[in-house]
Amino acid sequence: MKGARLQHRTNLLWLAALVHRLSGLALAIFLPLHFWALGLALGGEASLGNFLRWTDAWFVKLSETGLVFLLAVHLLGGLRLLVIENLAWRDGQKQLATLAAAISAAIAFVFLVQAL
Amino acid sequence: MSNARSELRVSLWRGGEDGRYETYAVPLRENQTVLDVVTWVQRNLDSSLAYRFACRVGMCGSCAMTVNGRPRWTCRTHVSRVAEGGRLEIGPLENLPLIKDLAADMRPFFEKWQQARGAFAPSKTRHDPIEKIRADSPARRAADAAIECINCGVCYAACDTVRWDEDYLGPAALNRAWTLVNDVRDTANAARLEAVAANGGCHACHSHQSCQEHCPLALNPTASIAGLKRRTMLGFLRGEIEA
Amino acid sequence: MNVRLYIAQRLTAAVMVPLVAVHLAVIVYATRHGLSAADMLSRTRGSLAWALFYGIFVVAAAIHAPIGIRTVLAEWSPVRGRGADLIATGIGLLLLALGLRAVAAVVLP
Repeated sequence: MKGARLQHRTNLLWLAALVHRLSGLALAIFLPLHFWALGLALGGEASLGNFLRWTDAWFVKLSETGLVFLLAVHLLGGLRLLVIENLAWRDGQKQLATLAAAISAAIAFVFLVQAL
Repeated sequence: MSNARSELRVSLWRGGEDGRYETYAVPLRENQTVLDVVTWVQRNLDSSLAYRFACRVGMCGSCAMTVNGRPRWTCRTHVSRVAEGGRLEIGPLENLPLIKDLAADMRPFFEKWQQARGAFAPSKTRHDPIEKIRADSPARRAADAAIECINCGVCYAACDTVRWDEDYLGPAALNRAWTLVNDVRDTANAARLEAVAANGGCHACHSHQSCQEHCPLALNPTASIAGLKRRTMLGFLRGEIEA
Repeated sequence: MNVRLYIAQRLTAAVMVPLVAVHLAVIVYATRHGLSAADMLSRTRGSLAWALFYGIFVVAAAIHAPIGIRTVLAEWSPVRGRGADLIATGIGLLLLALGLRAVAAVVLP
């Protein structure tokens, strides 16, 4: 509004909420494409198979790693929210949010290693 | 350039919404609050500077302003803790209309307080015996954890959801509603639950926790709002809310 | 309405927690074993279990995503109210249609 530096955005939990929102948006955009690709199986295995061969490219594998991260981080961040909203309050939300991101990165890393 | 800094360069917002920052040189003292700095400018450099304060001792919340991008009580903010390289940037509270300079218009804040039914609705009169409330009952503990709010507006200024959603009642109003939901003496809960379940109510909160991060009294509106989410869900399932 | 949408979004989220976990495990497994299209389809075709798993997953996602999108539109774009509702509903129907088609594609024998 007035050009004041908005320092509160350096709040880690604000960042966690942003990651949650952006990952959700990205997944929502990806999902129709994902469904369309799977729908290729209607044309027989070869149809889907050809498409999957294309996904062997390294940049596709990298994007898939990104998607795995987004899915995991959206899940774990959402789980943290479900706990906040439905169970008694617990402190340490910053630590939990960081943990969620770390575990998601680990899962994505595991995927990447298997994919290469 | 002097080795020992003897003055601060202080940027203060001047004018209305279309105003700008103006910079002043203020003597640096060993023990100085941001409120001291603003007061010094008004008394010695420019008496037309508009700002608010009252108690000066961290009890009333009137002196809340944006200091280097964060909303805080200026009387409880030591310059030595926030001045970066001898510079300070001070503006009015965010998310509120601006009257002039450092004085924001608190009316929307209080209007939303009323909208959230943040007022106690009594059920007894002075002729009835005093209702015994146990301080250690779960409901009273929940209310007491959130009751110290002095409506300073810092949480409201810090909240991005308030920034993004003009209908959002905000952390303070909802926090107060939560204390009253937990007050067994109150009679307005049917209307209150409807109010906090409406557009801009508790469900708009994304749990950024900026409110809790900035509250000078270390209150936790995020937790109170989570409580309201549970309570409205229960109310809906019981048919208490139309939603 | 807000309570309904809130419950729907949180409920579908809770339902999807185990579904996503399994899905991630399946992804890693399939990648590790280098499963081809034929391999994967041979496991899913004619399987009631996979039909139910992915069928529920699709329905849950088709409810969950639009509610979030509706909020993002209202907070970050000039579209809100009725307009946001319509766009969100449209996206939900799209996800449901494409999703169930995808499930059919992989489970129908």
